[in-house]
Amino acid sequence: MNRIDLKFKRLKAEGRSALITYICAGDPTLHITYELVLELERSGADIIELGVPFSDPIADGPTIQRAAQRSLKHHTSLSDILELVRKIRQKSQVPILLMTYFNPVYQFGLEKLARAAAGSGVDGFIIPDLLPESGREISRILRKHKVDPVFLVSPLTSSKRLGMINRNSSGFVYYVSVTGVTGARAGLPRDIAQRAPELKKMIKKPIAVGFGVSAARQVAALSAWFAGVIVGSAIVSIIEKNIGKKDLVAKVGRFVKSLKS
Amino acid sequence: MLPDKNGYFGIFGGKYVPETLVPALEELAAIYRQVKNDVVFKKELHYYLTTYAGRPTPLYFAKNLTLLYGGAKIYLKREDLAHTGAHKINNTIGQALLTLRMGKKRIIAETGAGQHGVAVATVAALFKLQCDVYMGAEDIERQKLNVYRMQKLGTKVIAVTSGTQTLKDAMNEALRDWVTNVRTTHYMLGSCAGPHPFPLIVRDFQAVIGREAKKQILRVEKRWPDYLLACVNGGSNAIGLFYPFYNAKKVKFIGVEAAGAGMNKPHTAATLSKGTIGILHGAKSYLLQDKDGQVSPTHSIAAGLDYPGVGPEHSYYKYTGRAEYVSATDQEALAAFDLLAQQEGILPALESSHALAYLRKLAPKLDHNKIIIVCLSGRGDKDMEQLKEKSNIKMTIYDPK
Ligand SMILES: Cc1ncc(COP(=O)(O)O)c(C=O)c1O
Repeated sequence: MNRIDLKFKRLKAEGRSALITYICAGDPTLHITYELVLELERSGADIIELGVPFSDPIADGPTIQRAAQRSLKHHTSLSDILELVRKIRQKSQVPILLMTYFNPVYQFGLEKLARAAAGSGVDGFIIPDLLPESGREISRILRKHKVDPVFLVSPLTSSKRLGMINRNSSGFVYYVSVTGVTGARAGLPRDIAQRAPELKKMIKKPIAVGFGVSAARQVAALSAWFAGVIVGSAIVSIIEKNIGKKDLVAKVGRFVKSLKS
Repeated sequence: MLPDKNGYFGIFGGKYVPETLVPALEELAAIYRQVKNDVVFKKELHYYLTTYAGRPTPLYFAKNLTLLYGGAKIYLKREDLAHTGAHKINNTIGQALLTLRMGKKRIIAETGAGQHGVAVATVAALFKLQCDVYMGAEDIERQKLNVYRMQKLGTKVIAVTSGTQTLKDAMNEALRDWVTNVRTTHYMLGSCAGPHPFPLIVRDFQAVIGREAKKQILRVEKRWPDYLLACVNGGSNAIGLFYPFYNAKKVKFIGVEAAGAGMNKPHTAATLSKGTIGILHGAKSYLLQDKDGQVSPTHSIAAGLDYPGVGPEHSYYKYTGRAEYVSATDQEALAAFDLLAQQEGILPALESSHALAYLRKLAPKLDHNKIIIVCLSGRGDKDMEQLKEKSNIKMTIYDPK
């Protein structure tokens, strides 16, 4: 069992859902990302997604696009981020997944990346432009190194595909709550509650729901249905508004605490 | 038959998209499979291509240019004479008919030079579809005329200010729109790029160029050409000309990419010459990128060639040696533009001027009995404003002496 499996198992025993928080590595600097990850964990995040910036993030809305741009301004690379995770591992065993697009992964080299990721303490990868059928090779290689490939399900995914995605994912399955890109939304689609039972029937792994979740009441509502709730853009916006301020890390921490209440 | 059922041309192509787009791509592939050999569909397509778009376009023997270069016979496939002024209309009429069959009421598109955007806006008006076109802010500036044309046709042009503000970023934004509105919207991709089945569909709709050229050259020359020459961005005009000749192995294919200010400069748009294999906008193909896999900024004077990627079928042609890919600089393209205007009385698009520029290297060294067909993919009216502003640049005219 890796850190992700253990975490979901423990949470299940406690009858809780995972709060999964996304930040973009290197936004605004890798050092602040380091402090942010530790603060996120202290503030109640159960699992961390670290964004690896890509020049052309087609699944992201403006907030995360800007974060990636800020990070790329100082050429943050996948190697830098693996190094960062290695450093975090000296202090924390919080499960960490890297979220990026397929091209940076492909350029790094699949085998080399899987080995390096496992060595640094990365627990999984989420690659929104990679379908399980296009990702057979990387899934096999990641699993060989005990790193989880997490695939996504959308509101339009057919039930036939749900089974296939279930089989190809490890750790958990990412349910994209809306048709659209990342970004905070005031309301969540009404069909989520209706969709959850079908998803749970076909998917035998924990399901985490993301895209658009930004407030404590949404987290609470979704926790009733899903094993994990993912918050990204809302946190990234707080980082953006507080760049250059001394209390950036503390402010992010306060916000994450508020999500749990 | 390529692509295979998963959309691969050898190792290139495929489907690298968010899960949300899978049903739409499957629906598109299914509807296309259904109508591809359907007599009613083919008749309807033929009807619009002939009565509306003005096909077949002429194959013109460029006598003055041939004499000037003093080598091979040069023929121009006159896509500039198709309705809206470029080959792009071949694809948009086809995709519009697919859109109607899917029952979708809204279309979106990306555009660089604005020629694809205008062709999309045109079919939107013709078939009563709501239409939004994404265009990079820099391209809006250099192809203003096409922006007005799209607006007059009833299309909303949305300026994209992210990234390099050119075609790549317009495509990012169009994909984001599609992921959001996929239930009601068809993404009318403008080149033989993107995820499967776009490279297949766009190639098939553009193949009318090569099918006509084949018949036309047989009629006048009683034989097939020796060389086919076309500019390549995504590569739709080139693949349209090349593909019907694929099995005629003696016919050589040459694609011309944009070298910008020169191949030794950091920013070109010569993907097949300078790129490495990567994944952008839904397909595996050659790509201009850095060692970390970040996509490189590009430069070309021609907005319609200013893109770091290329269609997967061209990557396959390069990889297997079926086609050769070369490049032409901004200055060479400008010179070729002037030359065609002065020799033949034709103003070519700056994109097509890149293909014409390579004639200078190719035609003189070939025998008089050799035949070159150049795809004159579009007309240059759209570029006049940009050229006027650049008229302080000294343009060199080719002098054979
Ligand atoms: C006239 C003309 N030719 C060529 C192109 C390049 O596209 P493709 O490589 O798909 O033919 C464009 C694109 O805007 C164009 O407007």
